[in-house]
Amino acid sequence: MFKRILLATDGSEHSQRAIDETIKMVTPYKDQVTIDLVYAVDGETSKSDVLKYGDAQTATIKRKEKFLPTIQSIEAQEIDADIILLHGNPAETIIEYANEHDYDCVVVGSRGRNKFQTLILGSVSHKLVKYVQAPVIVVK
Amino acid sequence: MSTSAIKEQWFGNLKGDILSGIVVALALIPEAIAFSIIAGVDPMVGLYASFCISLVIAFVGGRPGMISGATGAMALVMITLVAEHGIEYLLATTILTGILQVLFGTFKLARFMKFIPRSVMVGFVNALGILIFTSQLQHFENESWVIYALVGLTLAIIYLFPLISKSIPSTLVAIVVVSAIAISMNMGVRTVGDMGELTQTLPLFALPSIPLTFETLMIIFPYALALTIVGLLESLLTAAIVDDMTDTESNKNKESRGQGIANIVTGFFGGMGGCAMIGQSVINVKSGGNGRLSSLVAGVTLMFLIIALGGVVVQIPMAALAGVMIMVSIGTFDWSSVRNLHKVPVSDGAVMVVTVLTVVLTHNLAYGVLAGVVLSMIFFAVKISKVRVLSLYVNKGTKRIYYVQGQLFFASVTDFLSEIEFKDSVDEVEIDLSDSHLWDDSAIGALDNVESKFLQNGIQVKFIGLNGESSRLLNRLGGVSKNSGH
Repeated sequence: MFKRILLATDGSEHSQRAIDETIKMVTPYKDQVTIDLVYAVDGETSKSDVLKYGDAQTATIKRKEKFLPTIQSIEAQEIDADIILLHGNPAETIIEYANEHDYDCVVVGSRGRNKFQTLILGSVSHKLVKYVQAPVIVVK
Repeated sequence: MSTSAIKEQWFGNLKGDILSGIVVALALIPEAIAFSIIAGVDPMVGLYASFCISLVIAFVGGRPGMISGATGAMALVMITLVAEHGIEYLLATTILTGILQVLFGTFKLARFMKFIPRSVMVGFVNALGILIFTSQLQHFENESWVIYALVGLTLAIIYLFPLISKSIPSTLVAIVVVSAIAISMNMGVRTVGDMGELTQTLPLFALPSIPLTFETLMIIFPYALALTIVGLLESLLTAAIVDDMTDTESNKNKESRGQGIANIVTGFFGGMGGCAMIGQSVINVKSGGNGRLSSLVAGVTLMFLIIALGGVVVQIPMAALAGVMIMVSIGTFDWSSVRNLHKVPVSDGAVMVVTVLTVVLTHNLAYGVLAGVVLSMIFFAVKISKVRVLSLYVNKGTKRIYYVQGQLFFASVTDFLSEIEFKDSVDEVEIDLSDSHLWDDSAIGALDNVESKFLQNGIQVKFIGLNGESSRLLNRLGGVSKNSGH
């Protein structure tokens, strides 16, 4: 059974689908499950967020606030959940974090914000499947 | 700071810092040359600046991993100074800018940066992007289609090459390819060499040769002040971005002082004033750099490349540099601010647009910031000066109670007073200030005014619900003390 689950999110609708499917998957034994949402802040996001919020501390607080409803919606299903913020290239930092911590599986949505980004930036899910040591579930 | 912390900041990330420093140096060269040309000085002035600043800031900066050098923001402020008074005055201005920045850091004034609203900062970067773009248009004047083709090719390589490889900076690839095409086909387009001499020597210490008079100071001081503001603004903004990217903290006052020291040094070594660079710092962190060594390696590599390859650099066509600068301007502009313009409050949007327009019209980023800050203050005062006064009659119409909601200060007392009916047929009036706050002399004066006017009409007034700070102010200024209750 996958009890400790790392779920990579970019805050898009696709990641919401990944969250919904994960909840469906673990519902039979949900009292034993922890879902850690992980969000990687890349350079461009840092730049626009700092411009928007003024400094790094405020930006971090705002990002956590942004994920609060998602966390609460998971916790409403009586499943433990948390948000982890990483900094850097999304694929690299998430892979590193997943491999350094003891997770039973990693869940990721198959696509990012839009098709164009997927084409240009290369698919994060593809890299996760390749380099994460734990089993990876790609939610289509 | 402990020696182990210093060691960590210098050698904690040896491989990452050296590699990223080299990548940054390659990306710095075209920008330093292009910014010199914007400012109207020889390419060497910008190259010496980027060399000196990144070298000095590696030792004295407060934000390890941040890259500083000659920047567009600073170059844009210098244009008229250079055009009217020449390079020597620019060097003197650079040194004075450095001194002002050191003072700023020593007196720990970084905290005052919080008085610059977000929308002004966004307007600042947008204006910077627009000015860098328009400064490139001169390269297209009276030129053939060849220039357009070369600029187009440069941009195509810059944006498409990362699909093939991300380890080599695509701007460098674009410059190499476009230069090779222009040189081999002997196109005869304008090159870096046409814009000024490229001396392949290390910078030398020299005092700016200007008359040391009060008149000189009056010429350079306004520019130095503008450069100080613009430089610190971009540096502290960049520091915050690097803080966020690396999830670490930095010393903003030390950084301000460091920027000052770097500018003093660069002024004495023939470089133009500079500051931190958002784009280059992002490249540095993305390429794996986060320590002091990265800035040092970037500076040294840049100088080495110029000394070794200066003969090649002069043959780079201006079209290739114009392409790089257009990319820089697109990257500098905060596009999300335009996409979200209809979502943000109208006043914020107006402040942003006014900041941009002021800069575009005056060609001075400092004026834009000033206009934006003043406008934000006015908007704030207008917003906060809205007072709501509700009232109701009690005791069969013999007593009237006013509820005041909002801040009472010089800008709001007129509205407050106009809401109160002095010629009333009641015996008693109670003014409930529990949702209000008294801020200044005008507020106390207004309460006095209310009391005396009611007394004239034979109505008793009672003020209730004053919060602690407001009643202390009231007591101190000796206002309506005899009737004030809690």
